[in-house]
Amino acid sequence: MPLIEYREAVNQALAEEMARDERVFLMGEEVAEYQGAYKVSRGLLQRFGPRRVVDTPISETGFAGVGIGAALAGLKPVIEFMTWNFSLVAFDQLISNAAKTLYMSGGQFNVPVVFRGPGGAVKGLAAQHSQSLEAVYAHFPGLKVALPATGADAKGLLKTAIRGDDPVIFMESEALYGRKFEVPEGEHLVPFGQAEVVRSGADVTVIAISKQRHTAAAAADVLAREHSLEVDLIDPRTLRPFDIETVARSVAATHRAVIVEENWQWCGAGAQIAESIYQRCFDELDAPIARVASLNVPMPYNPKLELAVLPSVERVVAAVKEVAYR
Amino acid sequence: MPNSPDTASLNLLLALYRKMLRIRRFEEAAYQNYQKGHIVGFCHLYIGQEAVAVGALSCLEDGDKVLTAYRDHGHALAMGLPANALMAELFGKRTGVSKGKGGSMHFFGREQGLLGGNGIVGSHVPVGVGVAFAQKYRQERNVTLVFFGDGAAQQGAVHEAMNLAGLWRLPILFIIENNRYGMGTSVERSSAIKDLCRRASGYNFSGLICNGMDVLDVREKVGAAAGLARERSTPALIEAKTYRYRGHSMSDPALYRTADEVEQYKHQDPILLLKSALIQAGTTDAQLGEIDNAAKAEAKEAVEYALNSPEPELEDLTADVYTQPWDRKLLPRIG
Repeated sequence: MPLIEYREAVNQALAEEMARDERVFLMGEEVAEYQGAYKVSRGLLQRFGPRRVVDTPISETGFAGVGIGAALAGLKPVIEFMTWNFSLVAFDQLISNAAKTLYMSGGQFNVPVVFRGPGGAVKGLAAQHSQSLEAVYAHFPGLKVALPATGADAKGLLKTAIRGDDPVIFMESEALYGRKFEVPEGEHLVPFGQAEVVRSGADVTVIAISKQRHTAAAAADVLAREHSLEVDLIDPRTLRPFDIETVARSVAATHRAVIVEENWQWCGAGAQIAESIYQRCFDELDAPIARVASLNVPMPYNPKLELAVLPSVERVVAAVKEVAYR
Repeated sequence: MPNSPDTASLNLLLALYRKMLRIRRFEEAAYQNYQKGHIVGFCHLYIGQEAVAVGALSCLEDGDKVLTAYRDHGHALAMGLPANALMAELFGKRTGVSKGKGGSMHFFGREQGLLGGNGIVGSHVPVGVGVAFAQKYRQERNVTLVFFGDGAAQQGAVHEAMNLAGLWRLPILFIIENNRYGMGTSVERSSAIKDLCRRASGYNFSGLICNGMDVLDVREKVGAAAGLARERSTPALIEAKTYRYRGHSMSDPALYRTADEVEQYKHQDPILLLKSALIQAGTTDAQLGEIDNAAKAEAKEAVEYALNSPEPELEDLTADVYTQPWDRKLLPRIG
């Protein structure tokens, strides 16, 4: 399987779906002539032309609304936010229109639009440009939320998102864009609502979201090597829908769970996942669920402080040991 | 005074008159049934503004699309959505256009090309630009009409939308229904300029004013702009100077304006204006009375229909959150 950068996997998904379906177009800031602020859309303008790869002014509310309107009219827009931080400018469009039109029209108008772009913490970007907003969007009925942590998932989930009939919040990981992964060539679809068991282990279930999957995997190596603890590592891949079955099956076997998430601890996605586990398998648990999340402060610029905010291998190791009473 | 009837056939005048009266009678029935408690929530009546929707939407052709804000009853009726299903929607019934899940602010008609019915001020205007974008993308000879008020005209979303439409030369008409008040704040207190249509020059398309109390003036100006939009994909901004007789919504006693002001506008009532033109053109009182009786009967029947319609079932609650019902096990408990 070819080893390619995460951004190239996203690019492949876009190119393949645009080639497959004339209704698919890409729109956003710097996506065309500049070739993408993060070079995700490199080459697409040359291949598909300015009708289907459309640069916009800095008008997030405007072009998010355009994506919704084009979707209502039967196209399949892919709208890029240069980063998810800027989606907050367009929040009303995503919530009031994308998430709700199908319901409030009594099923008459669906909104097959994909909003995508990079998110998550990135070194040195400080409070406004370094944060994880998945829990915010996963809160709303009507939206689907995908968070690919690998190149293969970036490609497979994005293709599924574009082919779907509902609005999708597609949060790529900015920090992973340059990382290489094995990515299947050609047709590769990953369904929503199907978690991946990244690593099997009998001792503790670890559910890790987006790039924290890699933090958790590194922690699992340490735990196996130094503490004889085997982690059952699950990447849910989509937060909404959420594959509680796979998680519950794992917890029933390990009786312990740790959630690793990059969003803030307070009202974070892990709070909901923990609640779902408690609802499904409270009697199976031998320890309270532990969460490793960002500390409840805006992201500081200083690298030392920044590292202290984010989940780390050390914090995951400590949490797994805690639930295993080691 | 309306233009002379030579500009349009008598049949057209009668059709416009019938539509305006149907809206007026529907809204009066909605008002009564709100008072009775059959209709709840926010309910924004269109009384006084009928000429805008009726005149503008008389220019529609097959495939044209329309978006409007929360004062949407008039547009829906003018586009041919059935009064029964609209009233049933107000009553929250399963037979409503949006199955009782939308209510007054969220009328939709897929078949007729009505894409809402939007309750967030100005929010639908960028969406309308997207619909026009799709029309141009597919090289259709169609136009999108987006209606909003003088209040919405002050929203940032509207600025972004108009800039994109001007930049991309999209086949869209922005129609401002300037009824002089955004809720209780007069346009003088909310806009730096008096004539909102002048803003179009900042977006490189034309802006013009029409008399929103004169259905023929609205029809003429919108018709000409729609023609340009179809032929040359040119956007335009049309400001219809109009007036609402009732408060902003049912709970608004409209203390921010004088009774004299309301009375003055009633002298230029859009329905009365067209009625006098029709009488001049030789229409008899009997004919006009018949039209009014039919409009009243339609509204009455719609209320009966709504009253007798079933409530949604609780099983309907989770339908249409997504296009496909999810495997229950995947749902974070909607359930």
